[in-house]
Amino acid sequence: MAHVTLSHFLVVGGLLFALGLFTVLTRRNAVAVLMGVELLLNAANVNLVAFNHYVVGGLAGQVFTLFVIVLAAAEAAVGLAIVLSIFHTFKTIDVRAADLMRE
Amino acid sequence: MRFRKLLAWSLASLAVVAGVAVASARLAPALAASPGSSAGGPVTLVDLVFWALAALAVGGAAGVALSRNILYTSLALLFSLMGVAGLYVFLSADFLAVAQVLIYVGGVLVLILFAVMLTNRIGDVNVSNTSLGWAGGAILMAVVAPLLIAVAVEVPWKVRDVPLEQTTAALGNALLQRWLLPFELASLVLLATMIGAIVIARKELKAE
Repeated sequence: MAHVTLSHFLVVGGLLFALGLFTVLTRRNAVAVLMGVELLLNAANVNLVAFNHYVVGGLAGQVFTLFVIVLAAAEAAVGLAIVLSIFHTFKTIDVRAADLMRE
Repeated sequence: MRFRKLLAWSLASLAVVAGVAVASARLAPALAASPGSSAGGPVTLVDLVFWALAALAVGGAAGVALSRNILYTSLALLFSLMGVAGLYVFLSADFLAVAQVLIYVGGVLVLILFAVMLTNRIGDVNVSNTSLGWAGGAILMAVVAPLLIAVAVEVPWKVRDVPLEQTTAALGNALLQRWLLPFELASLVLLATMIGAIVIARKELKAE
């Protein structure tokens, strides 16, 4: 078994991305879709930090990852607020049911 | 019953990681010649820790993708995020590892658990149906995952030979010098997010 290299991290990132895509595409539960989006963002983050460490050097990749984490937190807060609002309006969080922007 | 399920999940994630290990070990010899990747030699403790963390991340992601119960899904996301936080340590991103644990596990996941508890009706556990269908998702995954893994393994990346180093202090300096404007904009975005989330989720708004 080879020692840990860049490719290992890229493979982990790729698998996380594929599984997150699967989650986003196959769920009707809005909260689960948001969790899939979090997985996608994490996959991108792993790739950013891995390339930063092994190829580019410096800190740009880590700074970008930090901003991605911040924006992911913001996205989760607003997204879950919208989910709660949808639940109050439609009494379900099935994403197919949310086809109106009013009550 | 619960333990059988847990055992099944652990075995499934182990199988996935073993598959990745075998695949990358078989496809990696071209990579071994490039600098920065000291291939060969016995498996060290560092390698074992890496494989355990990778198993945690990928197994958790598999749990998110495949579990039918929304509560188990969010707990699987917890493991996945913790695994990714551990992987950051291997990339000399110590601050990011801590930030990942604090923000994702301590913040986002708690938010998600709140949403699950507030929206999921007890008798209606299986809200997590499939819309595209498992077939469509599986086909797409069968296309995307090998493509990404092939790119990761086959491309001869120009790898540097770098030691692990602490980057927290340098990251703080970079945030307040080179990246000051994005840093301040991020705080503005967070403020707007906070106000927006409160306004959107407030119930009294409907009474007006």
